[in-house]
Parts: sequence; structure tokens; C-alpha cells
Amino acid sequence: MNNIQARFLIKRSGFTFDVDLEIAGRGVTVFFGHSGSGKTTILRCIAGLERASQGYLCVNGKIWQDSSFFLPTYKRPLGYVFQESSLFPHLTVLGNLCYGMKRVVKAQRADLEKAIELLDIAYLLKRKPDGLSGGEKQRVAIARAITINPSILLMDEPLASLDIKRRQEILPYLKELRDELDIPVLYVSHNPDEVVQLADNMVIMEEGSIIANGTLEHVVTKIDLPVKIGEDAGVVFEASIAKVDTAWNLCRIDFSGGSIWARDSGIAVGSSVRIRILARDVSISKKPLEQISIQNSLQGVVDAIGADEHPGLALVRVKIGASFILSRLTRRAVMDLELNCGDSVWVHVKSAATISYHGRRRK
Amino acid sequence: MINADDLRTIWLTAKLASIVTFILLLIGTALAWWLARTRSWLKRLVAPIIALPMVLPPVVLGFYLLLVMGPNGPIGKLTSFLGLAPLPFTLHGLVMGSVFYSLPFMVHPLQSSFEAINNRYLEVASTLRASPIDTFFTVVIPVAMPGFISASVITFAHTVGEFGMVLMIGGNLPGVTRVASVQIYDYVESMDFASAHRLAGVMLVFSFLVLLAIHLCNYKDKSRYSAE
Repeated sequence: MNNIQARFLIKRSGFTFDVDLEIAGRGVTVFFGHSGSGKTTILRCIAGLERASQGYLCVNGKIWQDSSFFLPTYKRPLGYVFQESSLFPHLTVLGNLCYGMKRVVKAQRADLEKAIELLDIAYLLKRKPDGLSGGEKQRVAIARAITINPSILLMDEPLASLDIKRRQEILPYLKELRDELDIPVLYVSHNPDEVVQLADNMVIMEEGSIIANGTLEHVVTKIDLPVKIGEDAGVVFEASIAKVDTAWNLCRIDFSGGSIWARDSGIAVGSSVRIRILARDVSISKKPLEQISIQNSLQGVVDAIGADEHPGLALVRVKIGASFILSRLTRRAVMDLELNCGDSVWVHVKSAATISYHGRRRK
Repeated sequence: MINADDLRTIWLTAKLASIVTFILLLIGTALAWWLARTRSWLKRLVAPIIALPMVLPPVVLGFYLLLVMGPNGPIGKLTSFLGLAPLPFTLHGLVMGSVFYSLPFMVHPLQSSFEAINNRYLEVASTLRASPIDTFFTVVIPVAMPGFISASVITFAHTVGEFGMVLMIGGNLPGVTRVASVQIYDYVESMDFASAHRLAGVMLVFSFLVLLAIHLCNYKDKSRYSAE
């Protein structure tokens, strides 16, 4: 019963919020969408901070809300990280960390030292929040949310109030958290960088309803989405480093559809990585090409052809093994090549970026 | 020097003001919290009632309270029904009158410091397993502490300074209801200006210290939470 089933209906003048979704019991589920799309409202409903007029919420087999029952927030075993710093101003960092711990039974308490170590905040414990930088405050807020060993962790754009530098400073902690915690993390964001680095599953929202829901790989390769995940369309998938060629500073990355060579970024062989291939870096030919500078050529089948934002461009989705790759072509190229769904094609990948990894970095 | 009479008066004044401040901390906190959080229409009715003593002449308030507490008033009937002594011209009567009289001076500062508390802190507390009552004692009160201090100081000082209402309800019984302001009035009536000066000087120094304390407290408050 490790999953979350949520149905909420809120009607306000000019805004209807109507969602029905099931979320996997582990991994990071990112809620993505424009501001005002209702992403934060989902989190607030799940936390019980907002009460939907009609709602049903079942977390890991326990009912938190239905038509006749509403569990108040303080009785829900969850952790919540708010967008802006929300540390209690009258308590020290340690006082903030212990606030929740004191209120749960001993067996439920998380390892405080581990949380402090994970977020690297040992040097802040005796300080008051107002002397902390934005990044430090958010790290403390994240640690505070996990000290009570929640059964789900809700994060509402925890990095949005920070500048790019601070954001980069916290992202590694979040990734580590994702790997360390064995609970579902529901993460609201409108930042594509965070999505591709953190998400296992993705829910895309628009105007109070869900328009896509599934694994990251599944959602980013949907070519008919009205919401763009970042400037550039592209695919993200899990792969592993299979081989390193030190003579040429390259590494071979294997994924379910085959393997590609990319720049060696010093990650140890055997590490699992997440790679991103942008549609603009992929070209298509109907026959294998010889004497071409692009060395990653994979054979696949055209799976779908969709319109891109610019009227002169099209997105072509090619299925390679169990994976998909997106390619951005001009509409004229699609016509000249006479591309149709089901055609067998060669896909040429000019570059792939490693965006996150688990495992060791080679010295 | 200050004589025994003056000391007794000052002691009585301080006792009255302390009791009133203590009672108002309980009543005023509850009222201020309700006023700060409620969306009920009742608020529009209750808020001006609480503020009434700020504009009503103290003598008028005293007059009505005297009627209410008197043998034919509802409270007077209640006290005699319960077998208690009548309230007018006693310290208890003075306490009750002063509680009404000083109510807005406790409620208003508290209400504005409650309203200034970011609602986010209350939500955070609830996500950290704190029940609403727990949150009130462990988040609201500590965060609003400067508000509690200045509200208490103002209430105390205001109770010390009342005159018209005291004279109406309490009269002028030495050691029972004769507070400092009434004593000064007595001195002036009997042309004893030296004694009036002495006691008035004590009141002046006291008032100045009160204001100084509030300013220092507010200053500290601002520097404490300015980053939020």
C-alpha cells in the first residue's frame, strides 16, 4: 500500500482546482507548471493546510481525508519545506531542529546528527536564524522537516527564493537526500534544471488540473504538451558509465536502447548517471551515414511526429529499444525525408550531457 | 521626604495596577487573539466596545459602573445573592472598574503584535506536530513577547494614572481606595503643595521610566526580527 491517492476539488471564483492522482510511494515526484497552475495547492491540500471542499486522501493505506473525516495537519506524519525561509525567529538553529522532534515519540525521531551532517549545518547550531544566509536558512528548514522522520516529504519550491549560486549550493544536498530517504518526496518547482536533476516522476499542471503524469522519461518525451519543460525540448533518462577511454577523454554511456560516447567527466565506471539529450543535438537520416563527424549513431523507429513552437520546426520522437529520443527538425526536412511513423531511421546524437550521478568520482 | 501615608498610597496603587494588569493579561490575550484571527462579523461590534473607554470620559464610565455594581444594579444583586459584600468603595470594585477602563490598552498592542505574526510560522508549527494550543504557547507568545511587555507596561501605567473613575467607584478611603492620583488631588485641595509636589514628582519619574522602557523594548524588538 505504499502510494498516495489524492482527489481534491476546490471551486473559487475564476479558478477551479480539480485533481485526481496516484503518486508512487517512493522517489521524487515533481509538480511542474506555471505559477497559478495549482502546484502549491496540491501540496497544501495533502498537508491539510488547505481544506478542499471535496477531497479524498489516502497515504500508505491510511485515510487522511474523506467526505466525513479530516485529519488535522499536526496529526499527519509529514515534513514540509516552505518556499521562503520559515525558521522560528525566537529559537536557535538547534531549537528549530528540535521543535518537531520533541513532539513525536522517541521511536519516530530521526537521527538528528545524521540530518545535521546531511545538510552540513553543524557550524550553525547555536546561531539565531536572522544571522543566516538564505541558503543556510533553507538547509536548516530542510533538516528540520526530516528530523521527525516523516512518511512523506513535501517541498514547495524550496530553492525559489535563492539566487542561482545558492541554488547550486543546495541542489547537491537535495540529491543526496533523495538517495538517502526511503520516502516519497513531493516537490513543487517551475525550474527545469531542478526537474531534470531531481525528478523520478513528474506531474504537469495547468490551470488547476493535471495534464501529464508519469515517469520523468515518459513525460519529457510527450511531444504534445502545451507546457514546455525549459527552453529546449529533450529527453532525460537513466544510464550507466560502461567504459572510460582515457586516451581520448571519452566515456561510454549505456542505456536501454544502446550506448553513446560522450565527454569523460570523471565519473567512475559502473556509476549510474542521468543524461540529457536535447532535441536540437539530434539529427535523423534514413540510411546509415559514413564519414560524418557525429560518432553516435543509433537505429530506431519513428514513433511520433509533432509540431514544435516555431511553425518551421517539428519534433520527431524515435523509439530506440525501450527508450525514446527526441529530434528537432525543420518541417521541410520531415517532408524531404518523407518521415512517417513506423519508419526505420538512424539517429545521430551530437552531444549528451551528464546531469547527475550516483557513485564515485574518479580521482 | 515621603511619609507613611504616601507610601501606603503608592503601595495600594501598585497593588491595584498589578492585579489589573494580571487579570487583563488573561482576558486581553484571549480577546486580542480572537480579534486578530477571526473573520466573524461579531468583531465589528466587539472592537468598538473594547475601545470605548479610550473616548468615554472616565467619570461617565465610573458612573455607569457604580449603577451596575450598586444595590439595584445586576452585579450588585448578584453579589448580594452570593452573600458577598457590595463592590463599590472597595478594592475589588476598583479592580473591576479598572479592568474595564484599561482593557483597550492591553488589547490593542497585543492585537497588533498578533496580527504582525507571519501566518507561516503557525503553519510550520502544525507541520512539526504542534497542536494549535501548543503553537500558541511555544510560537505565538515568544514571538509576540515584546508586544506583551509593552502592553503590560502601558496597562500598568494607565491604571496607576486613573482618577475620575476611581473617585466615582472607590471614593477616597485611605488605605482602601485612595490611590496616588486621588492623594495628589487631596493635597492640592488642602493647599499642601509641597506634598503634592513630592507625590507628583514620583509619578513623573515613574511615567518617564515607563516610556523609556517601552522605547528600549521596541528598539530591541526591531533589531531582533528586522531580517525577517
